[in-house]
Amino acid sequence: MKYKDYYQALGVERSATTDQIKKAYRKLAHQYHPDVSKDPKGEEKFKEVAEAYATLKNTEKRQEYDKLGSRSEGEQFTPPPEWQQQYGAGPSSFDDVDLSDILNAFRSGRNGAGHASGRFSERGEDYEIPAAVSIEKIYAGGEIDVAVELPDYDEHGLPHRVAHTFRITVPKDAADGQRMRLAGKGGPGIHGGKPGDLYVILKITPHPLYRISGRDLYLDLKLSPWEAVLGASVKITTPGGAVELKVKPGSTAGQHLRLTGRGLPRAKGSQGDLYAVLQIEVPAKVSKAEQELYVRLAAVSEFNPRTIK
Amino acid sequence: MKVNQSEWISLDEHGVCSAQFLTEVSGLSDDEINELIDNDVIVPVDDSLQPSSFPLFCIATVNRARRLRDDFELDSHGMVLALKLLYRIDALQIELDATRAHIR
Repeated sequence: MKYKDYYQALGVERSATTDQIKKAYRKLAHQYHPDVSKDPKGEEKFKEVAEAYATLKNTEKRQEYDKLGSRSEGEQFTPPPEWQQQYGAGPSSFDDVDLSDILNAFRSGRNGAGHASGRFSERGEDYEIPAAVSIEKIYAGGEIDVAVELPDYDEHGLPHRVAHTFRITVPKDAADGQRMRLAGKGGPGIHGGKPGDLYVILKITPHPLYRISGRDLYLDLKLSPWEAVLGASVKITTPGGAVELKVKPGSTAGQHLRLTGRGLPRAKGSQGDLYAVLQIEVPAKVSKAEQELYVRLAAVSEFNPRTIK
Repeated sequence: MKVNQSEWISLDEHGVCSAQFLTEVSGLSDDEINELIDNDVIVPVDDSLQPSSFPLFCIATVNRARRLRDDFELDSHGMVLALKLLYRIDALQIELDATRAHIR
C-alpha cells in the first residue's frame, strides 16, 4: 500500500490541533475547491486536501492513520497486523488498496462484505468524472468511452479500486459542462445501502477553428485586401463539411457572415448558425511588381480610412 | 477491456423529477431543498402544479449545494448565498465566452 502524507497535504505539523487542521483545510478549500477555483489543477489538488481533512478531522481515523508513523509520500508500506487480522488478509492483499478507502472502511465499521450485523446501511459515494468531447462528436452524435476507477470490496470486505469503462451516447444538444447520470454506478453501498451514482461531466475540447456561443459557432475567415475589395468565393470548413462562402465586394474586417443551420444541433432538430468573422490580412513582404501596383493604387485611390463619417 | 453499456440520463431541461427525488439523490434535507426553492435557486417547471416537478439539471444544482455545504461546512443560508454568487459568476463567464467567440 502506498503511504499518503496527509499532514503534508494540509501543510500542518503532525502535532497540529483540530482547529489548526480545520483552518489549514479551509484556506486550501477556498483556493482549490472545484466549484470555486478556476485553476485547472485545482480539482486534483482539492481531492488530496479533502481526503487528508476527512481523515485528520476525525479523531478515530487520525489515530488509526498516526499508527502508520511518519513516512515519505508515496512510500510502499506493509499494513499493521491489526488491519491484516481485521480483514483476514495477508500483507500482499493490501497491494492495490488505497489508503483513504481503507480508512473510510474503518469509519463505516465494515468488517467483511455483506455482514450487515445490525449496523446502519449507508449509501455509496457519488463520483464525478470529466469526459472530453469534441465539437465534431456533438455535431454528429455518437458514443464515448469513459474510464474510471471505483472502489469495490472483496470477499474479506477489503476495498480495492477496480477499473470500469462505461460507454455513453453523447446527446446531440450536449453543452459544455452538461452532466450525465449513471444511476447506481458510483461507489458500493455499505451494509445493504444503495450504491452511489456516477456523474459524467462533458467538457468540450477547445477547437483550433471554432469558438462556441450557445449553439452558434464562430470562425475567423482571413481575406486578402483584394478579396475584400473585389469579393470572392472562399471554401471554408464547417462541422458538416466544406462549403463555398460568397464574400461580397467591399467587405470589411470584423463583419460577420452567417451560414444558417451550420452550427451545433439543438434538441428539437433545428441547428444553430455558423458565423465567419472576416479578417483582412496584409502581406508582410511584397515583390517589386506588387509594390509598384500598390504605389499606383495609392496614387489613384481617394479612399482614406481615417475620414470621419 | 470490458465496456459497460450503461443506462444513463442526460441532466438537461427536458426531463423532470420530484423534490423528493432531489432530496434522495443529493443527501440534502427537505428543509435545505425548500430553502433552495424559496430562494429561486431551483425553480419548478410549473408553479401552479402540485406536487412540484423540477428539470433534471437541478440534480447538478443540488449536488453542488451539498458539496458546498459539506466542504465549506456552511449552514443553509451560507449555502444558498454561495450558490447564487457562483451561478452569477457562471452566467458572467458564459457571457464573456460568448463575447470572446464573437470578437475573438
